[in-house]
Amino acid sequence: MTAVAIPRRGDALPAPVEAALDFLRLLSRRPSGLIGFIGIVFFLLLAFVAPIFVLAQENPSVTEIYQTPSLTHLLGTDNSGRDVLNLIVQGGKEILSVAILTSGITTLIAITLGSLAATLGGRFDAVLVALADVVLTLPQLIVLIVISALARPTNFVALAIVLSVLGWAGLMRQIRAQVLTLKERDYVEAARSLDLGLFHIIFREILPNMRSYIVIHFVQGMTGAIYAQVALIVLGLVPFTGNNWAKMLYLATTQGAFYFRDAFWFVLSPILAIILLQLSLVLFVNALEDIFNPRLRSS
Amino acid sequence: MTDLIELDHVSRTFRVPGGTITAVDQVSLAIGEGEAMCIVGESGCGKTTTGRMLAGVLRPSSGSLRYEGQDVWRKKGKDLSAFRRAVQLVHQDPYASLNPTRTVFQTLAAPIYRHKKAKGTRDATNRVRHLLDVVGLTPPDDFLVKYPHQLSGGQRQRVAIARALTVDPRLIVADEAVSMVDVSIRISLLNLLLGLRSEMGVSIVLITHDLAVARYFAREGRIGVMYLGRVVELAPSEALVSDPAHPYSAALIAAIPEADPRITRTKGRVELKTAEVPSLLALPSGCSFHPRCPLAEPGLCDVRVPELLSLPGETAREVACHVAIRERRPAAELLA
Amino acid sequence: MTPILAVRDLSIDYRTRRGAVHAVRDVSFDIEKGETVAIIGESGSGKTTLAISLIGLSPRSATITKGQLLYTNERETVDLRTLPGDELRQFRWRECAMVFQSALNSFNPVISVWEQFADTGRAHRMTDTKAVHARAEELLELVRLDPNRVLRSYPHELSGGTKQRVLIALSLLLKPQLIILDEPTTALDILTQRSIIDLLGQLKKALGFSMIFISHDLSIAAELADRMITMYAGTVVERASVTDLFYRPRHPYSLGLLRAVPRVSGVIGSLASIPGSPPDLIRLPPGCTYAARCPLAIAACSDREPDLVPVDTPRHDARCIRWQTVAEQVGSADVAVAEKIGSA
Repeated sequence: MTAVAIPRRGDALPAPVEAALDFLRLLSRRPSGLIGFIGIVFFLLLAFVAPIFVLAQENPSVTEIYQTPSLTHLLGTDNSGRDVLNLIVQGGKEILSVAILTSGITTLIAITLGSLAATLGGRFDAVLVALADVVLTLPQLIVLIVISALARPTNFVALAIVLSVLGWAGLMRQIRAQVLTLKERDYVEAARSLDLGLFHIIFREILPNMRSYIVIHFVQGMTGAIYAQVALIVLGLVPFTGNNWAKMLYLATTQGAFYFRDAFWFVLSPILAIILLQLSLVLFVNALEDIFNPRLRSS
Repeated sequence: MTDLIELDHVSRTFRVPGGTITAVDQVSLAIGEGEAMCIVGESGCGKTTTGRMLAGVLRPSSGSLRYEGQDVWRKKGKDLSAFRRAVQLVHQDPYASLNPTRTVFQTLAAPIYRHKKAKGTRDATNRVRHLLDVVGLTPPDDFLVKYPHQLSGGQRQRVAIARALTVDPRLIVADEAVSMVDVSIRISLLNLLLGLRSEMGVSIVLITHDLAVARYFAREGRIGVMYLGRVVELAPSEALVSDPAHPYSAALIAAIPEADPRITRTKGRVELKTAEVPSLLALPSGCSFHPRCPLAEPGLCDVRVPELLSLPGETAREVACHVAIRERRPAAELLA
Repeated sequence: MTPILAVRDLSIDYRTRRGAVHAVRDVSFDIEKGETVAIIGESGSGKTTLAISLIGLSPRSATITKGQLLYTNERETVDLRTLPGDELRQFRWRECAMVFQSALNSFNPVISVWEQFADTGRAHRMTDTKAVHARAEELLELVRLDPNRVLRSYPHELSGGTKQRVLIALSLLLKPQLIILDEPTTALDILTQRSIIDLLGQLKKALGFSMIFISHDLSIAAELADRMITMYAGTVVERASVTDLFYRPRHPYSLGLLRAVPRVSGVIGSLASIPGSPPDLIRLPPGCTYAARCPLAIAACSDREPDLVPVDTPRHDARCIRWQTVAEQVGSADVAVAEKIGSA
């Protein structure tokens, strides 16, 4: 037990501000995490804020296809003469929207099913675990392809739902495991003795102690969703998409851009964008795991 | 004193690698209203399991738990909820007993709102303030917005006690509630619990391995000594401490190191036949203490399990020892 | 006679995000050959930080800001702080060994007890395995254990009391002059505690080593100590013989501690807790660190921290400007404080 710090006036900032400052302070100890965080902020701005200022091209000049980078076209042009940089700026929004929405849906399903399974136990638990196990054994990409082909998602919300169909199982098992552990804590036992009710126990006692866990899995879910949608789009299974990085790659394959040396930047740019986004997410999440797991933290 | 809650021939078994252990064996214990009692024993004696069964958080494998005369584990719905609230448990570890993500106010207000003990936020806050006063966390406003990690161990235990009080319990089971707290503040926590008894009529059962704490706490009540799952002695505190009836109690009291050089260096010992404690997986036959007991008689003590009976002439002192009952004298006198 | 260990003005700080924690401040004491000293304190008193510094095992975040740790044997006197790493390792266990709190964490769970002995021997240049084995057997018998059974066992197969005995045997491997024990009986059952205390008493008589106990438990001091030191907020507040400290304390904290501990024998006495909490070791209050909780505190107490001054009995010092008032309350009779100050 350590000595109690006697609080002084003027010491405490409002809790959320204090928490945010603490978080940034901790993050600065892991430079890779800080880089990841900056990367994520950059891509969020690029995908959602930049298109407000950089409008989509209206009339690309067909005479300028596959141009190499120059001062007017920093990343060259594509098969229809559109500026690649402009395409990159426009192309992040859908990818990230689907990623966030998918991860959100998956996390929500996983939390609900995982915590209910753990707290109710018995047959309910057994059924859910078996279901999750079945979903986990399915070859994810192939099933996604089949579902996409059958369901034909017509907007990005539908795509997110398709991607969530399989994505919840792993997280649900992990949340269930965490809840099973936390369920045995003394304060949860006290909440049961005080008859505070199942809803309170799950949402006010147990889940708040898993906040960091949930955030980490949410971000990891995003990386998974990005991989999955890129795969589906590049394979041409998602017909509705207007323009995004994966669509650029799809066009590259179908339009034969790989045979044009000058189209190098057209092909490379979206790949780089996707890789850098994923890298930022992964660096950030790894740092989060270090921060939130006190046992891994070096004192 | 009418019986508030009663364990009637309660046993509890657990499956462990190696077999099944009987952590608690045929224990009967009755707690009256407004009683302060201590259950003491060494590790593995079953005291915590007994306490948790009393608090209703653990179900007996056999026997019954009766609250106000009715079998608790047969209750359903509203009756069961009423029982749950009537008996509260205070845990040992102050660092695990409070939710680290909730403030003191949130922790205390939740049961108040849930059980409609207050109308609206202001009323609830006042009730929380009152409880913090009762448990000695003053001024209460200083503590409302604190998180557990901002409190000392002793303060956290007080919050845990306040939490137990939010539902107006009739019995509080304190499971080693002062063992992980600094020595210099244990007494104040014990006094707090005793105060709840005298001012609010709440019965308290304190589980502890520290006989000195037990003697202080139960000085107007009884102490029950447990060994390997059975109650071996149940007597008023002063009688037990000065003149223990069971040889195990006598051995414990003689063995305790005391904070007084002269007393502790000249204390008489009770030599036990062996220091080995039998495993719960292989309990000795008859009286489970007989392999170590200096008074054990072959043919008697290794054959039949002794019942907890009153010493002749002293109904308040019960002991589970063939020899003590037969000789009609406490073991302390027989050993001297 | 030169003491085998002389600690002079030892101060240790821990680096933390909020600032330097002054965990140990100006601690001085002596240990004579064959003497047993108990260092008593509660959480935040600095006793564990002090203990591990005595054997040079402080973590990297701890810095000894000043002071000396002077060990003396037949040949020489060394200041532990000046020993380079390799010599420090040799010094450890040969001159001074430590038995840590919670026997659970002191063992490597994947090797047998014998291998633990062999490893320790090897680390201290005892390369003759047969000799180490013979010594291990000898020591285990000394602590009343069956060497054949124990040497072959793994830590998880042994009970808490047995593990504690093994640790004690291990500490005696190189015949050190001084053994430091950190909370040796905490977390043990009453009967096991008793056997460990008796064992330590017997070993001390047989082998003549000096002992330092670190504990919050006054009773172990009462059992085994010749002299006692009470620590509060990182510094020594009272130093005395064991009878002086129990029967004639001169510092309000020692008195408060004695009055806060319930007993099994004798009168219950008027027990009282010490109100309040220990101070923040990063921002210490000016003056006496105990003043905030002290029933005898006056204005002058907060002016400057009192020095450790001799009081009215020999070899007895207290860090209190009002020690005479304490003396009046407690008197000088050879009777427990609880019996002198009112009953419940």
